[in-house]
Amino acid sequence: MHAPSMIDRLQAELATFGAVVVSHGTVVCHTEPPQLLGAVTLLQSQFAFDVFLDVTAVDWPNDALRFEVVHHFYSTTNKIRVRLKSRVPEAAPIVPTLRPLYGSAAYMERECHDMYGIQFDGNDDLRAILLYEGFVGHPLRKDYPKQLEQPLVPYRF
Amino acid sequence: MGIAINPLSGLPSSASAPGSKIPNPIRTSLTDHEREGSVIVNIGPSHPATHGTVQIVAELDGERVLRTDVHCGYLHRGFEKECEDHTWHNLIPYVDRLNYCSALINDFAYCDAVEQLMGIEITPRTRYLRTLLSEYSRLCDHLTCVAASMMELGAMTAFLYMVMVRDYMYEHLAALTGARVTYSYGRIGGLADDLPLGWLTRLEEILRQYEDFIGRVHGLIDRNRIFIDRMRGVGVISTADALNWGFTGPILRSTGLPIDLRKDTPYLAYSELDFQVPVGINGDNYDRYYVRMREMDESVHMMRQLMDMLPAGPINVDDRRCIFPPKTLVYNEIESLINHFKLVMEGPSVPPGDIYVAHEAPNGELGFYIVSVGGGVPHKVHVRSPSFVHMGGVHKMLNGYQLADVITTFGSVNMIGGECDR
Amino acid sequence: MYGKPLPVVPVTHEKTGAFEYITTRKDELVGWARKFSLFPYPFVTACCAMEFMAVSASAYDTDRFGAALPRFSPRQADLLMIVGTVTQKQAPILLKVYEQMCEPKWVMAFGVCATSGGFYQNYASLPGIDKIIPVDIYIPGCPPRPEMVIDGIMKLQETIANGRHLIVNDTF
Repeated sequence: MHAPSMIDRLQAELATFGAVVVSHGTVVCHTEPPQLLGAVTLLQSQFAFDVFLDVTAVDWPNDALRFEVVHHFYSTTNKIRVRLKSRVPEAAPIVPTLRPLYGSAAYMERECHDMYGIQFDGNDDLRAILLYEGFVGHPLRKDYPKQLEQPLVPYRF
Repeated sequence: MGIAINPLSGLPSSASAPGSKIPNPIRTSLTDHEREGSVIVNIGPSHPATHGTVQIVAELDGERVLRTDVHCGYLHRGFEKECEDHTWHNLIPYVDRLNYCSALINDFAYCDAVEQLMGIEITPRTRYLRTLLSEYSRLCDHLTCVAASMMELGAMTAFLYMVMVRDYMYEHLAALTGARVTYSYGRIGGLADDLPLGWLTRLEEILRQYEDFIGRVHGLIDRNRIFIDRMRGVGVISTADALNWGFTGPILRSTGLPIDLRKDTPYLAYSELDFQVPVGINGDNYDRYYVRMREMDESVHMMRQLMDMLPAGPINVDDRRCIFPPKTLVYNEIESLINHFKLVMEGPSVPPGDIYVAHEAPNGELGFYIVSVGGGVPHKVHVRSPSFVHMGGVHKMLNGYQLADVITTFGSVNMIGGECDR
Repeated sequence: MYGKPLPVVPVTHEKTGAFEYITTRKDELVGWARKFSLFPYPFVTACCAMEFMAVSASAYDTDRFGAALPRFSPRQADLLMIVGTVTQKQAPILLKVYEQMCEPKWVMAFGVCATSGGFYQNYASLPGIDKIIPVDIYIPGCPPRPEMVIDGIMKLQETIANGRHLIVNDTF
């Protein structure tokens, strides 16, 4: 396992970008969208977080800042994970893209955009990946009814 | 002919040119030719060798692939949306069908995530059993992957041998769980049932038959001139590229980096087992094939150790928040009746919070990010699926090689549609 | 509506005993030939593929029924086996493949997801392929056991054997 001083150092460095807690053994930083690129560059360059695991969003429909965009990273040398969370409002759900830093961000940001409508500033290829051309809406938002079908081929009955 | 009208926009849902009957569900990025005289072809999504449903739009210069545009999503079944409608228990069958080749690993990874969020520690017997069954599932998955790749290269015999062994394993798991392919065997806090009598004896027989069949496959394939010519030096990816594009699992290990969650951040009983992590040399298709074959042997070695280490004891933790009370109590005591009723109708109540737990699936790092607001229904269940991330990076392995190599490379990536598209 | 239903022979000719005897014998012969030489097009999508591989391999062999040799071109196949969930995104592809197949063709819905959508009743999944193409035999199961698949193939073979096969014109 990693040395405890690594977690402390990580907490100290990330604290400049937002509030840091340790949740179930993972360091979590609640940051803002403008600070995101700075935090990720720090993680990649100084703490060797070389694998970008995942970006997803959580929909809190009753909050003013409705979407919580969650990024996960993993370091293969230090064997730890970190989570970055940032809140965006529904009117302007814009978060900077991580494509220049990690190639795997391309498809994952497309999926997050498909499902929730999060705009990734700097990613010009946000085509539908899990859904199809002509699909209107973002299905994982809480106000999209689960059974609302948008068929491409008309039904026989 | 009727045209489907999109209920939300009111417009006809034909994304292709007006007048054509059947709409095109995608928009490709290969709109202009990079080189004069190149041809843009479409491979899939209904194709014998795309292992399910993936569409690859490729630009070819003769036989050489210049660029590819990989489109997944043809098996997007709305897993996350379905999870938000079911209780924590009821969604275990959905979780099964993510990586359907190794369904038990999905079960246990999900149950592990919920158990950690609830603060439950599983019993020792369950811990060893889950490890044993995870390795068993890994065997089934690697057998399926290698068998399908061999079939696409024309080696039908290897396919038939491996599917025969896999069939024995399916029947054996059906004796334990009741189903051959998608088991729904994991439960929050334990397992559905304990091992039936004679199950471990039969397991030893199957492992011996496995070794017999795999010996034959090694003899047919390993030093086969045609196989080596087709797989060596094809689909090469470097370690730096693999890490940048998010590859984990056998693909990353085939480039030479020994990253394995079972060794790095051990979970279940892996810290007590003696096993090695096989790595490749070049990061090509042959290395991925051999890494998978060696991983299967390591799994068998681990299973033999676990069969000796399996302790006696209960399989379900004695926690009424998630485990049903025994039926005799349910029918005699009102408290147990209410407990059972609440667990079925409302689901186990998980404290608010979120957690990300990852297991080493046969394809790489399978992670579950679950968000709970208290109550028996999840707020969000997100799967970090290795296949989806690999689809984002597979173009690095396809570009520059020949059209026929698309088939072999794609087979060695082991894209599972249920996991990729969820 | 897309696709043609199975042929129904309107009685326009003079019904004589001899002609009907020859037609029946011809139907039996052609039906026997067609049922034992099915060329499946495995339209494979999801988990049922595991059972499809198992049923095509040595333990439960579909080659015994003549239905093992897959033809991956719709022009050369006559049995369209839809194995696994068909989503809304995949539906146009399925329709295209179905329309490219020549008569006579039969459709098998393999698994509950192809039959009725299974337990994926949401925006993404097609609630059964018979919403877009006509189906001859439904095999339920999630996934179905290989014995069930073979039972389904045998029932389909019965349908083919007892059906009308128009090979010259619309009366013979």
